[in-house]
Amino acid sequence: MSATLAIETKDLGRIYKLRGNKKEARKELVALEGVNLTVERGELFGLLGPNGAGKTTLIKILTTLLSPTSGWARVAGADVNTEPDAVRPRINMVSGGESSGYGLLTVRENLWMFSQFYGVPSKEANERIEALLEMVGMKDRMHTKSSDLSTGLRQKMNIVRGFLTQPEVLFLDEPTLGLDVGAMRDVRKFILDWLKADKERTLLLTTHYMMEAEELCDRVAIINKGRVLACDKPSVLKHRLQKDALFEIEVSPLNGLTQQMLVDQPEVTKAAVTETETGAKLSLSLVEESALARVINLFTQKDVKVMNLTKRQPTLEDVFVDLVGRSMAEEEQHGQPEA
Amino acid sequence: MAAWLGWVIESNWTDPFLFAVYSIVKPISGAAILVIMYGIISQGNYDNALFPYIYLGNAFYIYVGAVMTGVSWAVVDDREHYKTLKYMYIAPIYIPLYLLGRGVARFITGSIAVFITLAAGILFLNVKINFAEVDWLLFFVTLILGVVMLALLGLLLAGITLTVARHEGFIGEATAGALYIFSGAVFPLDVLPEWIRPIGYFMPTTYWLELLRRSLVGNVAQAFPTLASFSNLEILGILFGLSLFFGTISIWVFKICDARARELGLIDRTTNY
Repeated sequence: MSATLAIETKDLGRIYKLRGNKKEARKELVALEGVNLTVERGELFGLLGPNGAGKTTLIKILTTLLSPTSGWARVAGADVNTEPDAVRPRINMVSGGESSGYGLLTVRENLWMFSQFYGVPSKEANERIEALLEMVGMKDRMHTKSSDLSTGLRQKMNIVRGFLTQPEVLFLDEPTLGLDVGAMRDVRKFILDWLKADKERTLLLTTHYMMEAEELCDRVAIINKGRVLACDKPSVLKHRLQKDALFEIEVSPLNGLTQQMLVDQPEVTKAAVTETETGAKLSLSLVEESALARVINLFTQKDVKVMNLTKRQPTLEDVFVDLVGRSMAEEEQHGQPEA
Repeated sequence: MAAWLGWVIESNWTDPFLFAVYSIVKPISGAAILVIMYGIISQGNYDNALFPYIYLGNAFYIYVGAVMTGVSWAVVDDREHYKTLKYMYIAPIYIPLYLLGRGVARFITGSIAVFITLAAGILFLNVKINFAEVDWLLFFVTLILGVVMLALLGLLLAGITLTVARHEGFIGEATAGALYIFSGAVFPLDVLPEWIRPIGYFMPTTYWLELLRRSLVGNVAQAFPTLASFSNLEILGILFGLSLFFGTISIWVFKICDARARELGLIDRTTNY
């Protein structure tokens, strides 16, 4: 393994054996399959995919919580399965959307206790706690019992817990899940500031928020149904679609117009349909701008009225639609549950 | 650190009345029931050697449930309640040592219950202990060895707890309950059918309770034939050997269960606790 690599996986796979009822044979759920990734030191690497894509499973393997069923993975130069004791002092993890922590302890006590598990000298730990809480706007809650915090503040406390030990490689699993817009912004800024402070720090972030991946990540791997479909810089991934004309169209109720009918049009390369309160929102990728007239004609035939129409630049959502054939929201509805 | 955390959790007596009920009234009531039952059966003959046998066995047996459950319950508590077990697992700590540390708090609260039960027995329930004749060295050596043995058995239960669903919370109490019959806690092993006695002879708790009784009430505790032919030193040797054996087995089982939990993805599983 190269000394510059923070994370490396080779043909990494994980199959869960699911319990059915006693009469049925055990089913298998392929959560990860043939995952090959390399993350450089100092990189902010994003795993982007819908719920159930395998992101959390990958993080569990990389943080030594779960054994892979095939392939191998190294973090900070050590094999996660055979050398977990060499990996653990150099990593940390934060899972979003949960309010873990000892409610009986104050914020400071919770954080200090975890710092002691990592051997941070007590005085230094207290200084770091104060500085980090200041950064996330929680210094005034330092002596509050964590059971008295709101869900969002508990989540912020957990984020601080992850950063407190100054890991070489930090895993953030949906860190902004469930946070309000303001808190999301604070956390994203905090992440970027933390990385800027030391160029050797590496961060692997999973998210299903496209904007978050675009805003934060140096490189992004798009993952779906346990497989990595594409991996590159967000700009490079989006550049793949520059040849297409992309339109967002808000329309009245579809009156029987289906996604398949849109895709069947020769000029439409991709189409995603999201039902709204007033009708539907269509995301169309057309071979050329002039093809829009024929799509509008189709609307007219179905008595579908155009309420708003915007031409836009491609996003990672478009990249996902291009790779998978439907939007992340649709994929979550039809995909497998997160293992 | 783990012991401190355990103590903060265990000492969170938001309602002192409930704590008093659980830690004081419950063990005393349990002991009082035994005393009353004994009084009825023996027609009030409290001078019989069986009485201190029952009372002391029952009092010290509090440690069995408290210490074993204290260690294994930490898995349930951290995994299901506080949702921190996964963070403990990825931290550079030795998990068995952490769990043993968490059990210390239950040892302390268990000690309070044992002390109160003994004090109540001596002051109000006719239990006769002559403090001038107590073998304190034997008592403390036995107590410490026994608590270490129970903590290691708790580690075994913690390993099993990691790999089972839903009923993990009851494993410690259920095991303690099962051992109650086979450890000579409230009746000598001779009372059991002959074919079942070897289980009791194989349990370190049998020798531990016997030595605690002997250290406190001397030869009264030796009035039963079960272990009468063994000297204190011999029983201490057996207790040490069995503790070593079960301690080794416990660490081995924990490692297997730990690896199994990692294979199955159970470290951070929750079951709607």
